[in-house]
Parts: sequence; structure tokens; C-alpha cells
Amino acid sequence: MIKISSKVFLNCILTGSMMMALSACELPSDQEYSISITNLTHSQPLSPPVAMLHKKKFSFWSVGKEASEALEIMAEGGDGSGLLALKPGNPQYQATAPLIPGESVEFRLDTTRDNLKNLSIAGMLVNTNDAFSGVNGIELLDLEEGQSSVHYTYAYDAGTEFNSELTGTIPGPADGGEGFNTARDDITNVVTHHGGIVSVDDNFTGSTLNSAQRFDNPTLRIVVTAH
Amino acid sequence: MNKKLFLAIALACTPVSNISAQELNINFTNLTHGNHFTPLLFSAHTEDQHIFEINTSASENLQAMAEGGDISGLLVDLTALSADSAANPAEGLMAPGQSISFELSTQEINNKLSITAMILPTNDGFVGLDSLSIPTEEGTYTYYLNGYDAGTEVNDEIINGGGAPGAAGIPADPLGQNGTNASGVINSENNTHIHIHRGVIGDTDTTGGASDLDSRIHRWLNPVARLVIEVK
Repeated sequence: MIKISSKVFLNCILTGSMMMALSACELPSDQEYSISITNLTHSQPLSPPVAMLHKKKFSFWSVGKEASEALEIMAEGGDGSGLLALKPGNPQYQATAPLIPGESVEFRLDTTRDNLKNLSIAGMLVNTNDAFSGVNGIELLDLEEGQSSVHYTYAYDAGTEFNSELTGTIPGPADGGEGFNTARDDITNVVTHHGGIVSVDDNFTGSTLNSAQRFDNPTLRIVVTAH
Repeated sequence: MNKKLFLAIALACTPVSNISAQELNINFTNLTHGNHFTPLLFSAHTEDQHIFEINTSASENLQAMAEGGDISGLLVDLTALSADSAANPAEGLMAPGQSISFELSTQEINNKLSITAMILPTNDGFVGLDSLSIPTEEGTYTYYLNGYDAGTEVNDEIINGGGAPGAAGIPADPLGQNGTNASGVINSENNTHIHIHRGVIGDTDTTGGASDLDSRIHRWLNPVARLVIEVK
């Protein structure tokens, strides 16, 4: 269904020439997307993933740039609500539960604005110090009704916490340790890709993780379908 | 005027705008968390040229790049072949997460793009791209690059300053996060061809152990670099 709000209708009436009226009267495209996220890892639950439609210029993170505090909170502790709060008026979604390895979650996002057609999704790999995965501003403008696009995601390192793998530093079930703290003690305070975890089974005797928590790229599969 | 001479003059007078077929905006990012790239070499060349090829032996000049970060020999080779190159556009080492942007003008015949730089600290690991078909339609194109092993040096993971071709060991860790006095991870290798790097092992022993690399810092997962080409 296409709805014309009374405000848009009024704008059209008030516009001077007929030509102008036609162009100003272009109907808002009520676009609905269904999105599915699958956790491809062996034993890295994804913290309740957050998703948002936003403008092209916005992003949850940039490789090589310092993480925002909202990203740090998500990547160290799994709470993505701060990322959504960066653009509270935008179409957004937050899952109610972690996404277990081997499982998928599906949801829908709607927009009536062509300039809100970049999609970002993020969630923490919870059995790590500060690894997360997701997509950063996928362009959906050219996705036509009935079409799907498939994205395989990399694991990122927020650069905000050293990958110590020590007991008490990892919030996921493998450790049950601390989530977010304000310290930034990684080797470089910028977002990069993640190098993977080492684990006790790979001769890091101090690690609280074992081979089950190791992962490789890609970590998530994301399928977006336009309706 | 004879025909040969006329042709020679015609070729010599071909306007520059016809020779320079494409202007590319290139953006390149080191995606790794704990590895630098040594001076990068970008080169647009013809279809029958390669800086490296999977499952072949590295040239001496590729070996010098992969073991010590020296691109001068490769640059001489490429210049002799009339390639369009950008040598060291990051002006030195490229840190984890760092991006650079620059323009590259390419002649129409040089329609393949290759890239190399050593991954530091490794024995002979390098980020590579072999003969990507340069897009010609207007648009922005994104590619992800993997880490390769030149197959020319044993991955002993000992940092001893060894960067000359044939010299064992790793030159240095620009992050200064390495250990010392490692005994060596491995002392012989069978695959002497260029292949996907198997990654480094490292350890958490800063004064001994098998490796001078830190397993929490110097490992990577592919891809190791992102390339964005904007065709105007």
C-alpha cells in the first residue's frame, strides 16, 4: 500500500507550476526489507544483534578510526542499544536474545525515505575481549522488489581492549567475566579486522578460552530481501 | 615522405590524452590488527605481465620485497615494461588500520592491476593482488586482498634483523610487541612456490619460546587489506 500523508499532499497543491508539482509530488516509496542473520561460528554466540537503516554518511564504525563509546560498549559487553541511540528516529531493530551459533534470526525494517537505505548491523562475539561482527552501511537503494542480497561478514576488533583472553575479562559463557570497562588498553586504539583467538589448546596456557571458541572469517551470513 | 617515417611521426605526436586512458582513485586499507605493511607497490600492466603468480617460484625481486620490504627491483622490472606504477604511496610503513588514497593514471594497454607489500613481522609474507582486471565503467569497486607466502624463506618466526634475500629471520616488529631469543617454530619447508600464507603461530613467551611473535597480536585472518577503486 502506498500512502500519501496530508503534508505531502498539501505541498503538491501549493507548488506553483504543474511541472514542479509533479516532481515535488513524487510518492514516497514505502520500502520494506526482511533481513536474516545467521551465526556461522562454532561457539561464539552473537550478542543480541542491532540493526538500523541510515543515511550514507553515517556508520557504526570505520576501520582505522577510534571506536565510539557506543561501539566499545557493544564490542566489550554486547549491549548494542547505544549504537541505536545514535539515531533514535531511524528504522531500527534490536534482538531480544543472543544469536546462538548455527541459528538465524529474521526481522523486518521499513523506510519511506530513499536517503535511509543504508543498512548496518552489529553484534559482539561474546567469547572474546572485544570482537564483533556485522555490516557497515550496505547500500540497499538498488535492491529491487523481490531481490535479495547476501553478505558474508568479517570479524572486527574494536581496538578498545587487549586480547588477553584472561579469566575474568570475557563476558560470554566461556568465562562469565567482565564486559565493558572504560579503559582502552589495546595495542592500537583503532578498529581493525580481528586476528582470531589463540586459546589454551594452542599453547596459550593463560587463556580462559579453548579450541571451541576459535573462529575464522566469515562469521555471519546476512540476507536482505526487498518487498 | 616515406610511409615508415610518417608513421613514426604520427606515433610520436599521439596526444597525451589518448595515451592516458584512465584516471583511477585508489583507496587502500591495512585491515590487520597487529601487522604493518612495508612500502607498497601498485602497478597497472599488460595482460601478459605479473608481479607474482600463485604456484610459481618467486622472482628474485619478489623475494627481496617479501623478505625485506625492498620494492626497488620490482619497480625497475615494471618500469622497463612500461607499466604505470605507484611506488610507496603511503610514504613508508603502513600501520594497522591505516588507509591511503591516491590517484593512478593508467595507459589503455595496462589494464591489469597488481599490488604487493611485505607483511611485517613475517619471514616472507606479503599482501598481494595479481592481475585484477581494472574496471572501466564509472563506479566504485571494492576488493579484499589475502596474505601470501613467497615460499622463499622458512617461517621460523625469529626476529633477528634478517631482511636481505636469503637471510633467515624477520627484520623487525614495527609495533615493538615482539619477544626475543626464540628457538624457531620450524626449520625446513617443502613448498617453495607462492601460496596463501598459513598464518603465524607466535607465543606469549617474551624471552624465549619457539616464536618471537606474539600469538595474541601478530596473527591475522584473511583478508588483510581492502582495495577500493573509483573509476571516474
